[in-house]
Amino acid sequence: MVVPARELLGVVAVEGGFGRMKHTLAVLVENRPGVLVRVAGLFSRRGFNIESLTVGRTENPDVSRMTIEVDGDDRLIEQVTKQLHKLIDVIKISDISREEYVDRDLVMIKVAAEPSQRVEIMQMAGIFRARVVDLGRKTMTLECTGNEGKINAFEESLRPYGIKELVRTGKVAMLRGSKFAGVGSGTRSSSDDE
Amino acid sequence: MEITAAEALIRCLEKENVEIIFGYPGGANLPVYDALYRSTRINHVLVRHEQGAVHAADGYARVTGKVGVCLATSGPGATNLVTGIANAYMDSIPLLALTGQVSTSQVGTDAFQEVDITGITLPITKHNYLVKDPRKLPGIVKSAFHIAATGRPGPVLIDLPRDVAQAMIEFKYPASVRLPGYKPTYRGHPTRIHEIAGLIKQSHRPVIYAGGGILSANAAAELLQLAELISAPVTNTFMGLASFPGDHPLFLGMLGMHGTRYANLAVTECDMLIALGARFDDRVTMHLQSFAPEATVIHIDIDPAEIGKNVITHVPLVGDVKLILRALLQGLEKIDRSPWLDRIRELKAQYPLTYCRDGRLKPQFVIEQLSRHTQGKAIIATDVGQHQMWVAQYYHFRQPRTLISSGGLGAMGFGLPAAIGASLGSPGELVVLVTGDGSLQMTMQELGTMREQGLPLKILMLNNFCLGMVRQLQEFYCEGRYMGVNFTFHPDFELLAKAYGMTGYTFRTEEDVIKLLPEALATPGPVLINCLVPPEENVMPMVLAGKGIAEPVDR
Repeated sequence: MVVPARELLGVVAVEGGFGRMKHTLAVLVENRPGVLVRVAGLFSRRGFNIESLTVGRTENPDVSRMTIEVDGDDRLIEQVTKQLHKLIDVIKISDISREEYVDRDLVMIKVAAEPSQRVEIMQMAGIFRARVVDLGRKTMTLECTGNEGKINAFEESLRPYGIKELVRTGKVAMLRGSKFAGVGSGTRSSSDDE
Repeated sequence: MEITAAEALIRCLEKENVEIIFGYPGGANLPVYDALYRSTRINHVLVRHEQGAVHAADGYARVTGKVGVCLATSGPGATNLVTGIANAYMDSIPLLALTGQVSTSQVGTDAFQEVDITGITLPITKHNYLVKDPRKLPGIVKSAFHIAATGRPGPVLIDLPRDVAQAMIEFKYPASVRLPGYKPTYRGHPTRIHEIAGLIKQSHRPVIYAGGGILSANAAAELLQLAELISAPVTNTFMGLASFPGDHPLFLGMLGMHGTRYANLAVTECDMLIALGARFDDRVTMHLQSFAPEATVIHIDIDPAEIGKNVITHVPLVGDVKLILRALLQGLEKIDRSPWLDRIRELKAQYPLTYCRDGRLKPQFVIEQLSRHTQGKAIIATDVGQHQMWVAQYYHFRQPRTLISSGGLGAMGFGLPAAIGASLGSPGELVVLVTGDGSLQMTMQELGTMREQGLPLKILMLNNFCLGMVRQLQEFYCEGRYMGVNFTFHPDFELLAKAYGMTGYTFRTEEDVIKLLPEALATPGPVLINCLVPPEENVMPMVLAGKGIAEPVDR
């Protein structure tokens, strides 16, 4: 549920809206069935576009963390945040792109590789610190982690060989330093009305 | 001792002091009905259609301020609740909808009378639950009541599969709820309150724009105090009507699309708009850029998501409007604003609400007379359409929670079942349903419920033989090409009244109203009054789409 169509098509232009930029929201939700549907449904019915969304467990088994990338101006992001907050299962929302943060995405790419090309591809993988995770008779599967830019560059460099299959996890992100976006942390959640 | 989860559900409802459930039985909710059989404290009202159950629970909630409860079976029973749930969601009415569901082993198999009602109601409930573990049911019910009634109120649905309802559990009703993601803000920020008090003192031409939030928060007394203290005129949204005395000199009536001209002009001229529990709905603001163009906007609401949603707010404040007004009142002293109030008087004198009295029986006249005879103190339920707007314009409400009407959703058919719920929630009070010939026929089957419950509803039907509001839209937007709005058949309403054991009246002239309305309202038992009014009468003033509220058409 990552890689929006327009990115696949290589369209990077972002239209309209003053102060429009990509925001990365860390959303802590109760680990219950149906939460993903509630969040995704909210985005679609209010006309907000999700650029990417990932969900996973956290240090607390009762809490899941969603990393949601939304494209919009400040007013839209404020509405997204407030509407998300109205969902009973949403515990906390932090717009971590307002501060310094680290983000990672993982990609697995199955690329066409004749035995004669393997060394060349492995050297390329080395540059991106990617790893070979599987080998077929005429394919190689590589894994690479990094931020969006690096993953995109890795993908581009493999494209000439022929990408047979590609899957990305979507972005996960965390604030730098000792700040937390977790439950009970000191980071100001953007839900505060003031 | 162990009891079934269905019995536990009923005990939970008793613990929440539920006195009445509006419901309709079926296969999947059999265990719940079996448990209800043994309850001595809960009165079950059998409706004629599940839509009636949910609207009745809604009407009951609006009158009492308590959480209304309705019960339906799975599948069609559940889907028949959908309109009513959406209605309660749009108007922020506390409601608990209980639905039966097929057994957990059958869920997801397209079983007989199975629908995914939690999925269907996801966008129209404040929250909903599909109960899978019977032991969790008491906690879920407790949370459901808490969520429905607190913060910005709204409907909550609990879907209970049949096998879960039949499972045995040890019953213990939890004392508190655990909802880490749900913490409504009640106390307004003191610094902001102080700031607002300062701005009010500086303003010269303030207008208070009060919505349904005043009623939800039971803050009508505080609203009146504020208005009188700071000498600010008050306009109500449709949902806010009855929160301010309709005969008060500071009252401007309703604003917006069919608002009074003086309310709309006052908002246009004001230098400060104090929005209290209102949400800048499109029927209120119309053309956004010309709405309150000179005003500093103060927006006080319990729902942070409403602030800044439609208009840019200069001073936002999240919290319970009653608590905030109480705090605000302490920081204010009597302010005299003679020039502004003179201007308001001038606007009122210059642009009064008018209609043409040409000898025929006009709907506005009927509502004026109703307002006079009941001294604005009856509980008025309405349906949706022209009659509803005439009630908003010509009925002068005097007491909070006396207008029972579908605002946000605008659901025709709401009136009769809601009047039934309102009447059951206010025994001994005069409840008048003002309806139209279109709306009444949408849920007319509930006349049976009304009779069964022995409710003395007075039904005042403005009968223009057409769907008047749509007809009016077609006159203005389709150059009078009337399509699908005229009825060529009506039942004989006097005979219909007779069939349901009601006293029937037909009003054809103003004299009929003057002579017979007091008698009809005083008649014991249910009454159906058929008022024959001209089909071409329009609701005026009217702000056309794309126009600002200061430029309405008059006829």
